[in-house]
Formats: sequence, structure tokens, C-alpha cells
Amino acid sequence: MDLKTLLAKATPARSGDELAGIAAASAEERVRAQMQLADVPLKRFLAEPVIDYDSDEVTRLICDSHDAQAFAPIASLTVGEFREWLLDDETTGESLAAVSPGVTPEMAAAVSKVMRVQDLITVAAKIRVVTRFRDTIGLPGRLSTRLQPNHPTDDPRGIAASIVDGLLYASGDAVIGVNPAADDLATIETLLHMLDRIRAALDIPTQTCVLAHVTTQMDAIRRGAPVDLVFQSIAGTEAANRAFGINLALLDEAHAAARELSRGENIMYFETGQGSALSANAHHGVDQQTCEARAYAVARRYRPLLVNTVVGFIGPEYLFDGKQIARAGLEDHFCGKLLGLPMGCDICYTNHAEADQDDMDALLTMLGVAGCNYIMGVPGADDIMLNYQSTSFHDALYLRSLLRLRPAPEFEAWLERVGVPGKHLPPAFEKALQLA
Amino acid sequence: MTLIRDPWTQLRDLTTARIALGRAGHSIPTAELLAFQLAHAKARDAVRHPFDARAFDGVFLKTAARDRATYLRRPDLGRRLDPASAQLLSRGDYDAVLIVADGLSATAVHRQAPTLLTELRRELEGWTFAPLCIVEQARVAIGDDIGERLNARLAVVLIGERPGLSAPDSLGAYLTWSPRIGRTDAERNCVSNIRPEGLDPVLAAKRIAQLMRVARDRQLTGVVNPSNVLPGTTA
Repeated sequence: MDLKTLLAKATPARSGDELAGIAAASAEERVRAQMQLADVPLKRFLAEPVIDYDSDEVTRLICDSHDAQAFAPIASLTVGEFREWLLDDETTGESLAAVSPGVTPEMAAAVSKVMRVQDLITVAAKIRVVTRFRDTIGLPGRLSTRLQPNHPTDDPRGIAASIVDGLLYASGDAVIGVNPAADDLATIETLLHMLDRIRAALDIPTQTCVLAHVTTQMDAIRRGAPVDLVFQSIAGTEAANRAFGINLALLDEAHAAARELSRGENIMYFETGQGSALSANAHHGVDQQTCEARAYAVARRYRPLLVNTVVGFIGPEYLFDGKQIARAGLEDHFCGKLLGLPMGCDICYTNHAEADQDDMDALLTMLGVAGCNYIMGVPGADDIMLNYQSTSFHDALYLRSLLRLRPAPEFEAWLERVGVPGKHLPPAFEKALQLA
Repeated sequence: MTLIRDPWTQLRDLTTARIALGRAGHSIPTAELLAFQLAHAKARDAVRHPFDARAFDGVFLKTAARDRATYLRRPDLGRRLDPASAQLLSRGDYDAVLIVADGLSATAVHRQAPTLLTELRRELEGWTFAPLCIVEQARVAIGDDIGERLNARLAVVLIGERPGLSAPDSLGAYLTWSPRIGRTDAERNCVSNIRPEGLDPVLAAKRIAQLMRVARDRQLTGVVNPSNVLPGTTA
């Protein structure tokens, strides 16, 4: 059996793989495939790309950037032995970071398929990936949030109201990031200027982002708009990225444009999610979790400040219920961290999925224990523009309080300085509203 | 005082987002918690609400997705007619076919489609319409299968959109010129968020009718059509 078929049959049950017709036909076939996969030497993944080298630039990126020296300590292991090595008490965060450039997405995906939830949490919790812009994200004992103040008509005052509310709930240290309803340059520029005015007026040690298509953001940079992070949705195959209107050359160009603003090393923000390749009919018979891990190869090329999987957004035809969403979120977080990425997670679901707030609470708690870099902060968990449910400002307070996690240190100091949480709306915040 | 109220409730006038909720400890107050659960329950019920096809008058069709569970897992089956339904359709000479489809919210169809159909027929006097098609467990692309079998020049699918917490009854309209199996979403025009609190159905009918006239003039729908109103999401 070729590797991609074996990976697809071994992958934990997913409606998306069933839809693609590549999943195991029975529970027993799945576990037999996992047993067979556990015996596959890691070296075979280097010899047998799951998608053809000549026809896919993501495969070429994975093969050409593989670090043989970093791979050496694990070169003799099988997938099953790799799991045990990852779990070994002697294997520390430092040793994991050292082998990371030698781990391919397919190796990470493969080992995750023979790991239980507690394994995914145990290993991920060893790994800290720390990134910096105006504040420092991913330090031990810290949990950051993206403040997501979306509005159905991009109304600046409405967006500003959600930002103020979020800040007063200690949200926004990863980024204040708006998904615009419209993707035209004028809207994007208006929002970029508005976000920057508020950030500067309140002197918040965080960064802003308007999550438009990368080409629109590049236009905004050219016109001198205040762009902090450059955002793009990415996927794990060349054809799926084409459906997003991007390729590596375009991302290189965007990265170069952002670097010219001299804002440091970590200037990109990426979102991913299982099922994107299949929904673009661009999966090449590769299971959705392996495709997702391949997207992380694209991400790590650019040393991003933030990467998050938007785990339950895509709908039940890819992740059917709370159980599938939860496992997918933990797999994505584990694979991303193992591949050296500053992983966060948009813990979320749509109304046609078999999932509810209880499922999100469980995943939220597990990701907190796993050391997730950041989660989303959406007012009351209800995104009124994208029509889905994510995590609320309150959810982040819950995790921080229960697991004794704190915001990014610079942001924490700022909160103290401005008197949040407090009994009143600080005058500076009231003024910030007038800037919208 | 167990419940901590936020002293910035005036911000609520600026957005429908759930802001200034207050808190109990670090958690959401009971009233807000239950209000959210009620909104979610309504949206969930809308997805599962049975479609009463007989509320409309026309040809009753089913897709290859036999039930709701299959429909949710297999979008591909919701884009094809089942064989028995396919036999009910034969080629004619039609300017357009109007199709009422349950999509992800039968509630939306029941609430918005009757007004929309009345207004559309009033707007488009003189057009030759195929019999109204009413189809269960359907995705947007069912219009391609139906339109091709009827030989209609334009297919207009009125379909229940994915319910959000604030809008469980939002309808979308998708227009496809020269419908046939394999058309892509880029080849359609879409008018979304049709409901009294969003785009009012009467106004929506005017907009759809205008798009239909433009499509007939240009013999084209899709992103190249400059009057494309909203990109919309595919149900």
C-alpha cells in the first residue's frame, strides 16, 4: 500500500475523508492501518512524497527545505518509535525544537494518527514557540488572545465598541484582527487606519491586522497604510493555494513587502483548517489532516508571529461533530508546534455541526493544558459577521484563571497601567471610541 | 453582589455584538448564557426543521441525499436529483426556472420564499417560466441539474442559508445562466441575507429581477457580470 493510502486509512474518523472516499471502510481496517503505519520507518517519508514533487510546489518546499542534520537523531525510528521518543521524559522542549527542521509535515501527521488525545497534549505542552512584535507571545505560563471585533457592515464605530469591550476584558495581546465583510481596498484602508489610531492613542503593546486577501494588503502597504501583520489563509497543496488565489512566489513577495516596513522578524499571520484542500477539490487523495500539516510547511517558511487553525469553521461535511472538531484541534496544535510554529486555535463551530458550547469548553480546556499560544476573543462567542461561534472574552478569563496563565508580559503591564479591570470606563478608552 | 455589571453598556448602541455582558466570577451571567443557548437552539432547529414542500405549488423533487443526516455529510448528493425526480422533468423552451430549495434552513424558505415568488413574477411579466420546482435536501448546485434537464436558459435557486445565531431564517438567491452540471460558484450571481431584518424580500425581488434581466441581456452570470451584488457563501 502506498503511503498516502495508508495515511488515509489510518487517520482517525473524519467525515471529510469519508466524503473524499479515502477513509477506512471499517473500524478494524482503521486500526490495522494504524498498526501498519506504526511500523513505517520515518526515512520512507523522505523517499515517498504523498503528492508528486514535479506537480506540487508545497511538496518541493517540504523536500528541498528538509534538514538532514536535524533529522539525524530520529532517522532510525519508525512512526511508532517516534511516538515513544516524543513522549519520553528525556525528550525535552529543547530536543524537540532541535529536531523540528528535520520533521516533515507527513511525519508529524503520521505520528499524530497513532497518538491519543493525552499524547497530543503531553508532547505539545513540552514545546514553546516564542514570537515577538510589540509584545512577546508564547512564553511559558502565558495565554494570549486575538481580539476579533467583526461587524457585518464593517462599521468603524461598531468595531471600535467591540475592541473597547475586549480590551476591558484583557483581550487582544496576540493581535486585534478584523475580518472585513468587504474586500475592497478603500474598506481595508479605512479599517487599518482606524485600528492603528486606537492602538496608538491607548499605547497598547499589541499589533493590528485586517484579514483581507494578501494582494489587497500589499496594495494597502504600497499606499502607505499602517500595516502591522500581513495575513493570509493557506493550505497544504499547490492547487488548494491556487483556489485561495496565492502561491509561494506571491507569499514571498508579501513577506518581502512587510519586511521592508522594518517591524522585526515575525510579521506574518496565517490561518489554516482541515478540509480546505478537499473543498477546493485539490487534495490529491491525501487525507485532510495530512493536507493540513503540509500547510504548516508553507507557514514555517515565513517565521510568522501567529498561526491558527480555524478548526470547526468549515462545517460537518469535513468535521462532523464536537468529537471530530476536538481531536482535529489538538492534532493541528500538536503538528504545528512540532513543526516549530507559534500555534493558536480558533475553537469554533457552525450551527449545522453536531456541536455546542460544551464541546468548545472541553477543547478550550484541553488546549489550555496543551500550552496553546492564543485563542480567539469574540464578544459573547458570537461572531455577528461570519455567523459562527468561537471563544468569548470570558472564555480566556476562565482559562487564565483556572490554569494560572497570564497575558503577554508587556500587555499585562499595560493593563495594570491603564487600570483594567476597573470599575469604570477609563477616559482614554472613551476618547478612543471617538477615533473610529 | 455576585453579578459584576459593566459600566460601559452604552456601547451596546453601536453594535449588535454581545458586548458589555458583565460577569459572574470570570463567567457569563445567567441571563446572557441562556439567551445565547436560545439563539443557538433556534439556529439548530432551523437546520432540522422539516421542509413542507406542499406549502408551494409546482413540481416536487428530491435529491440523492435521502435524509438530513446524509444531506449534512454528503454535499455532493444534495447537488443531484434522485432518478425518480429526474424523470419528472423534460426539455422545454423556458426563459427561466424558479427553484425553491430547503438548503440549510427550511424556516427561511417558509418565511421568505412566498413573498419573493409573488414579487418576482410581478416584476418579470412576459417571461416564460418553467413550472416552479420545489426540491428537498438540496444544495445550490441542484439548479444546474434541474435547469439542464428542463433546458431553461436561466436557473434561479431560492435556498435557506446556513443559520447564524442572530438570523436563523435568512434566504439566499443564486442565479446561473445556461445551467448545467459542473458550473462553478464563480459562474453564479448571488443575493444573500434576504429576511425582513436584513435585505427585505420585496426589495430583494427587485434586485434579483434586475440581475435576471442583466443575465438575459448579457447571456452570462458570474463574477464577470459587473452588477454582481454580493459574493455570498454557498449553502
